Amino acid sequence: MYSEKVMDHFSNPRNVGEIENPSGVGTVGNAKCGDIMRMYLDIDEDTKIINECKFKTFGCGAAVATSSMATELVKGKTIYEALEVTNKAVMDALDGLPAVKVHCSLLAEEAIHAALWDYAEKHHIEIPGLKKPKNDIGDEEEEA
Amino acid sequence: MIYLDNAATTAVKPEVLEAMMPYFMENYSNPNSVYSFAQESHKVVDDARDTIAELLHAKGNEIYFTGGGSESDNWALKAAADAFSSKGKHIITSKIEHHAILHTCEFLEKHGFEVTYLDVDANGLVSPESLKTAIRPDTILVSIMFANNEIGTIEPIKELGAIAHEAGALFHTDAVQAFAHVPIDVQDMNIDMLSASGHKFHGPKGVGFLYLSNKVKIGSFVHGGAQERGRRAGTTNVPGVVGMAKAAKLAHENMEENIKKQIAVRNHLIDRISQEIPYAKLNGDPEKRLPNNVNFCFRFVEGESVLIMLDQKGICASSGSACTSGSLDPSHVLLAIGLPHEIAHGSIRMTISEETTMEDADYTVDSMKAIIDRLRSMSPLYEDFVKENK
Repeated sequence: MYSEKVMDHFSNPRNVGEIENPSGVGTVGNAKCGDIMRMYLDIDEDTKIINECKFKTFGCGAAVATSSMATELVKGKTIYEALEVTNKAVMDALDGLPAVKVHCSLLAEEAIHAALWDYAEKHHIEIPGLKKPKNDIGDEEEEA
Repeated sequence: MIYLDNAATTAVKPEVLEAMMPYFMENYSNPNSVYSFAQESHKVVDDARDTIAELLHAKGNEIYFTGGGSESDNWALKAAADAFSSKGKHIITSKIEHHAILHTCEFLEKHGFEVTYLDVDANGLVSPESLKTAIRPDTILVSIMFANNEIGTIEPIKELGAIAHEAGALFHTDAVQAFAHVPIDVQDMNIDMLSASGHKFHGPKGVGFLYLSNKVKIGSFVHGGAQERGRRAGTTNVPGVVGMAKAAKLAHENMEENIKKQIAVRNHLIDRISQEIPYAKLNGDPEKRLPNNVNFCFRFVEGESVLIMLDQKGICASSGSACTSGSLDPSHVLLAIGLPHEIAHGSIRMTISEETTMEDADYTVDSMKAIIDRLRSMSPLYEDFVKENK
């Protein structure tokens, strides 16, 4: 059901863990629906480049794999470029996800946005195109 | 491979396959034909009926072969509702039934029947008192499963059946997980109708039966030919029926020994997991429990992740998490026993067979410990829990 890349990122997830005193941290999802992702960013004050990105995830195989891939994709990007890491970009990088798991890639995108939002708020800056993240994308899906 | 998903399906036993083989290519006759070539297949189907009837303390003409457990459940409920709708339109079942019962009840609700879904306690038991309270003069049918497929709890069937009968209602039980696993006596246990499925006890897939007491007059579900005494149309699955009866017979011949053996392995799994993995909770009744069922919730982890990692260690198990059900909600059974969503997402079911050894159990627990540790080290829920409890 999962691609080889998904299995690889699930079995050997990149960048698992926490960052002490992170530049930004964001948590999205909710335990009720079975997925929670937390992203930590370490951002260079001058260049605004994301030096380090770590995650912790409670969720299924796809949730872990999308978190892992998302951290890989944002590392080395500036906080402005990081917005290019959309759920589609994460899915493409993983060679696709089963339809029922697209939810997980949306959560990964949202986790990055939440961490960036936290950074922007702390530093009183604005990242063009970044909207205030939803706490849980599951809410929207249930309403839809 | 260590196969711990015997509640999903089982391996066909060699003796069972051997018993089935002649009825594919050698005597492939339709048992309802008149020529002498068909006599043998006619006889083996009758013998299979008698074999199964005897194991249940029923009569041969009370066993009707079907395409499996779901068909038997659908037939029992829909045909009983139809036959007795002039007497009443109220049906009672429980919240932890298999979907073959629950979705059939929902269908009947759309067709003018009223269904009461009884609550269960934290161990998954239906209380006879709650049935007494819910039953009414217009209750025509009570359907309570013999044993739950997820958490293994064995219901007080004899008492529940007696209450149904006192009120003049029929009593059906979905015994798909229980038949050929634990002793069942339909007369002693006040059962009017019972569903079972061949592949749950080392028989073939695609064949099951409905025990229908001669006292119960209900119509057919599959209309067409006059097979199964006009009650279930369709050419008899001769090899399937023969295989199912053989598997049932084998299971009953060795039942006492198999139960003992499985309980020893089951309890070893339960004891080691309880002692060695923190924040693990056994689901289901510890005593009134199927000999083959182990079901735990591991807090702070999600079931599908555990299953994939178990698979990588060569272990097949299942989960009641949302991600394995294809919806946002975890299993209705785990919610019915009062587990919060986030804990229900971390459920793992391991269902053993008499082939499962103590070594298999030890390897499974050792693997499980490492997997739960690893997933917890990645879990933001566990991180928060540890910080809060510092």
